[in-house]
Amino acid sequence: MPSSSAPAARERSTSIPAVLARVVLLGTVLAVTAFTVPITIAQQQWMWLIVILGAAAGIFVLYSTRRFIPGKYLFPGTALLAVFLVTPIILTVGYSFTNFGDGTRGTKQEAVDTIVASSVQQSEDSTWYTASVATTGDATEGPFTLFLVDPADGTVLRGAADEPLEAVDPSAVTVAGGAVTDAAGYEILDAREVNAAYDTLQELAVPVDDSSAVRLQGPDQAFEGTTVITYDAAADTLTDTSTGEVYTVGTVGDSEYFVDAEGERAFSQSWLQGVGLGNYERLVTDGKIAQQFAGAFVWTLAFALGSVGLTFVVGFALALVLNDPRLRGRRAYRSILLMPYAVPGFISLLVWSNFYNRDFGLINQTLGLDLNWLGDPTLAKVAVLLTNLWMGFPYMFIVSTGALQAIPGDVMEAARIDGASRLQTTAKVVTPLLLVAVAPLLVASFAFNFNNFNAIQLLTEGGPFLPGEYTRGGTDILISMIYRIAFGGSGADFGFASAVSVVLFAITGVLAMIQFRFTNVLEDVN
Amino acid sequence: MSTTDLHPSPAAAPRRMPLRRWMGEIGWRHLVGLLAVAFAAFPILFVVSASLNPLGTVSSSGLLPRAFSLVHYQELLSGARGPFLRWYLNTVVVCTVVAGTQVFLSTLAAYAFSRFRFTGRRVGLLALLLVMMFPAFLAMIAVYTMIAGLGDIVPILGLDSLPGYIVVLLGGSLGQVWLIKGFFDTVPKELDEAGIIDGCTHWQVFTRILLPTLTPILATTALLALVGVLSEFLLGSIFLTSNDTKTLAVGLYGLLSGDRSNNLGVFAAGSVMIMIPVIVLYQFLQRFIIGGSTSGAVKG
Repeated sequence: MPSSSAPAARERSTSIPAVLARVVLLGTVLAVTAFTVPITIAQQQWMWLIVILGAAAGIFVLYSTRRFIPGKYLFPGTALLAVFLVTPIILTVGYSFTNFGDGTRGTKQEAVDTIVASSVQQSEDSTWYTASVATTGDATEGPFTLFLVDPADGTVLRGAADEPLEAVDPSAVTVAGGAVTDAAGYEILDAREVNAAYDTLQELAVPVDDSSAVRLQGPDQAFEGTTVITYDAAADTLTDTSTGEVYTVGTVGDSEYFVDAEGERAFSQSWLQGVGLGNYERLVTDGKIAQQFAGAFVWTLAFALGSVGLTFVVGFALALVLNDPRLRGRRAYRSILLMPYAVPGFISLLVWSNFYNRDFGLINQTLGLDLNWLGDPTLAKVAVLLTNLWMGFPYMFIVSTGALQAIPGDVMEAARIDGASRLQTTAKVVTPLLLVAVAPLLVASFAFNFNNFNAIQLLTEGGPFLPGEYTRGGTDILISMIYRIAFGGSGADFGFASAVSVVLFAITGVLAMIQFRFTNVLEDVN
Repeated sequence: MSTTDLHPSPAAAPRRMPLRRWMGEIGWRHLVGLLAVAFAAFPILFVVSASLNPLGTVSSSGLLPRAFSLVHYQELLSGARGPFLRWYLNTVVVCTVVAGTQVFLSTLAAYAFSRFRFTGRRVGLLALLLVMMFPAFLAMIAVYTMIAGLGDIVPILGLDSLPGYIVVLLGGSLGQVWLIKGFFDTVPKELDEAGIIDGCTHWQVFTRILLPTLTPILATTALLALVGVLSEFLLGSIFLTSNDTKTLAVGLYGLLSGDRSNNLGVFAAGSVMIMIPVIVLYQFLQRFIIGGSTSGAVKG
């Protein structure tokens, strides 16, 4: 652990307010921990349990003693960094080895339960209930919960697809006319809403035990029937007791499903499972995806290099031109040229996206053109670079101006005495000196633009897209392509998106190394 | 600002210069400067003019307002297009809390890195640089799942809540450490040693001696951080879904993408109300921004 240094050794006696502050802090931490830990355990959220206990332990160790002085200053920021930046990165690496996505969020047991419960069929001796449909979420999307009243004895039961049927405390619900009309924490759907969501509700089956479940029949009736499909945990198979067909676990694509004798997928349900290097293999071996990735990578490099190059050339040239002491109004120029830097980025990008409108946009209107700026892949790339130039050149102008003014005057004088013309001085003396000073900033700017998601998303949304193509548009850089894979139209594929993210993490890491080289921070830390 | 001359000027009285020579040496610089000013200012001019144009459509907006009306401002402030004032308030809360915490925690850490020597210091500084370079947004699926879980434990910190969103952004709390450490390094160590001899604790050295000397530069850093948070759009658009929790960036984007051609005027009016305070602050702090920019402050 950190060793103490000069100020630590001389720490003075503690004052009363300091002791009081310490007691209040540690007391609060204790209270928060005592309050949240039971909830966390009840919900089986082990990751947060570790975070909470770790943070509490850290605070107690660091702030209850007089030792670990640097730790006292470093802890708050480091803890936040570890929880909200580092943990997600680790989780993302974990996801990249799974099939995490839409339809594969649950466990295998949940998938089996759903399959079994959905196979319920009504029999002669089925129990009938008066049912009310309730939701904690949306009236059309669910998730739905059924409240049942047994007409025989009036007991109230509750259950949902992932929540087996159980008796409800009668005081938590209001029963009127033989049906539940109000329940704490739930919204009861009226007949019209039930009708609107009936297609979803028909699929709903509330498990009772291993061989029976409750299903809705009509808007306000439900029956308890026996399941036709049974699960044999020992053999890990599903058996259809009416036909005798046996379904086994088989792999379709990257994920496991229950398949029939021919190996065809028999049920749409799957579950969260490891797929090893499957996602990475897909990235390399699937020709179409590999091609998309390569295309996006080339454009990302071009975009980042182009943005840095253009903004620097324009900013540097302006700094050279406007840095003449005989020039009047230099301050005014500087103030106005600083303005694009001060406009919040999202506003600039949205405003610029309007300029490129083909029919009414400012650019076509003013210049009398009829260019399809955002509809043509090449023009859209030009548009992205032009906008990024506007957003970025003030920064380069400011930086270059600062660096120019830091170049000692006698260097220029010496060049003049040696007979160099003004142009030669600029090209052979000033420019190299300035490049040395700003090189680290250029590399940082490159790294920033390499992952400049906003510049793409807010301006073109990655477009234009070729017909039938929705993972990568003409202006999509790697990071915005990942966004489209993860949240795009073809259904969320978090596992694969995470694998692409990990590759991008690796590339960013290499860029960081190159930057460290350039800026020499490795030697400079003092 | 140091004023070392690039071209030590022999011409003390430029007005006496012949016009032809003036054009060759100074005049063309004005020409280039004016072109640059036009390029820099026209989008801003467009926003202002569109916000005053009563029609408020893309097709009817030009660089110069053809009509003058405050109808878009009225519409926004009256809440007809969504709770604009609420968004403004949300943004102010998010920006001040996040930027304030960021600068405060970064300053604490920078103090430790600058003034103490301990094992892991060098590795810590470098690791920090590396972690901050990773695009946090790539891990958003994981962040989303984490916050959904956190919301089950402490409902106020869940999805679609301002505190939950703030907490996520606080993950970047050490973003300014390198910059601020640079400022701390410029303050001579003798200053705090004198304080210690006079009986200060390390906390008193920090709050009573170092912080006051660095206040202006810390204010500038806070402003840069604030504008960075103001532009945060992506996480906001994923986390903040109901109208009452949105920030300006998310809300105005929703307005514009909802009906791009007809909502331009309202969007522009909202933009003007955000831009003006920021531009004024930037002009005010220009000197510090130019000074700080070369020490590695990159606008994020």
